Amino acid sequence: MSDKGVTRRDFLVKLAQGSALAATAGTLWAYMVKQEVRAHPFALRPPGALAEHDFNAACIKCGQCVNACPYDTLKLAGAGGDIPIGTPHFLPRDVPCYLCPDIPCMKACPTGALSPELKDINDSRMGLAVIDLENCLSWKGLRCEICHRECPLKGKAITLETHPREISKHAMFYPIVHSDACTGCGICEKACPTTEAAIRILPHRLVQGRIGEHYRLGWTFETEITQEFKPVLPAEPAPAEPPKTAPGMDYLNLGID
Amino acid sequence: MSAAPEYKRADALASIEKVHTRPFPARLWAWRYIVLRRLTQFGILLLFFGTAHWGWEVAKDVPVLTGNLSASEFIGLIPMADPFAALQIFLAGHVLLAETLIGAAIVLGFYLLVGGRVFCAWVCPVNVVTDLAGWLRQRLPISALFSLSRGIRYFVLAAALILSVVTGVAAFEWVSPVGMMHREIIFGLGLGFLALAAIFLFDLLILKNGWCGHLCPLGAFYALVGKVAPIRVRFDKTTCTHCGECARVCPEPQVLNLKKLEEVGYVASGECSNCGRCSPLCPEGSLSFDLRALIRRHNAMDAVSK
Repeated sequence: MSDKGVTRRDFLVKLAQGSALAATAGTLWAYMVKQEVRAHPFALRPPGALAEHDFNAACIKCGQCVNACPYDTLKLAGAGGDIPIGTPHFLPRDVPCYLCPDIPCMKACPTGALSPELKDINDSRMGLAVIDLENCLSWKGLRCEICHRECPLKGKAITLETHPREISKHAMFYPIVHSDACTGCGICEKACPTTEAAIRILPHRLVQGRIGEHYRLGWTFETEITQEFKPVLPAEPAPAEPPKTAPGMDYLNLGID
Repeated sequence: MSAAPEYKRADALASIEKVHTRPFPARLWAWRYIVLRRLTQFGILLLFFGTAHWGWEVAKDVPVLTGNLSASEFIGLIPMADPFAALQIFLAGHVLLAETLIGAAIVLGFYLLVGGRVFCAWVCPVNVVTDLAGWLRQRLPISALFSLSRGIRYFVLAAALILSVVTGVAAFEWVSPVGMMHREIIFGLGLGFLALAAIFLFDLLILKNGWCGHLCPLGAFYALVGKVAPIRVRFDKTTCTHCGECARVCPEPQVLNLKKLEEVGYVASGECSNCGRCSPLCPEGSLSFDLRALIRRHNAMDAVSK
């Protein structure tokens, strides 16, 4: 090699080596990050959290929401766990969200990962309560209804329906969850007396279906009478004279010998 | 050196002798910046921890220091945010709230004043681990496994920014051992200590000052910030004997390039972390913290008095 420094060949080889190293390391790094981001679809986020992908992008992992939570509900995920690293989440069976009306966790968030657009804590949608009908005591016919009684939005988020049964058994009182009011706070999950909670909070996207635009639930709205609508007309009045072709016998039997 | 024997080998050897025969109190005194650094590192950690676990408050409902090094709030008033994390989040496509932007500006402004990598030496918790590894390595006969350019960290920095755009999340924040260590001390343990163990072993057995001095993109970010800081290590060429004791203890010895030091009169590189290892050790008192604006005058005064 000459003393004058690098030759063109040296430069190109170095460039190729550097690019290869950067590409390999960069791909590995991106793979690690992607893997971590999609680590757990069950993470329940604090009130006001953006949609999962936006939340992961925006959260700076500072834990100020965790500091602000007066009930120690929120935890910051450690490395190597199920929940994406360093992000806040909660496990309702341990400590549910008690729906502070002033939403201190959201106010503590410096980045807006917990959106300041949430004004009323009852509008938060951390998840949705889902009942395991097979193991719910009320659905088995016992008088439990603890989830309904504990629900901070009882009568809206959880309603109690009744169903009569045969004589000598009392009626069934069973809880139903309504997604239009359920905040996903998890107080029901915490209160559920079964060994494994029969009512649980899950992220909406894991449990909620969508019927599509084309279904029309006719009975839920007044049907309008449109231009195309033609009411059935009354039957034509009967002809005044008998048909001329009638042969005076039961023509229906014509052709039958 | 042979061409201009301005520095005599005998002088240098005498200086080295001076370093190694210091009395015990002088040896202790030379550790003053290290003690101060540990105090600030653990003190900051303690403020975060005490606020999170013992509810430390300066007044009713005014917590002392909430959050962690990524973003925090001091006495419920002053927001702070890691400017590098904020930059990544911005590149990931999220419009940050004013609180984060102001916080990042405050932190950036602070390090622009005191020196970017002051974060590394005086605040970052990983520094405690890598300092221990470096200290042990100096005492153990461990030869280098391979050499790596210290410039590689700037490529890691660029990769962190590019990958933030590509993956849509703050790429370094999702793997950062700095964040992991701080979070897990304050908010509960995960497996982050494995990353720290890896860094410790890497620094101890594979590459000296491997993480902080070669790879960490946060350090690289702060090295760029620190280029313009007014607080610098002044170099007095009239007293220096070229004994090399400073470079021996410096975790970034390339910043003590004597030729460059003689030219400019101070440590100009942003990679200097103002850790304070060299200046108390220097047997001739040639290195000292000073303000950039005063350095020229002080050096001139030293030259006259010599």
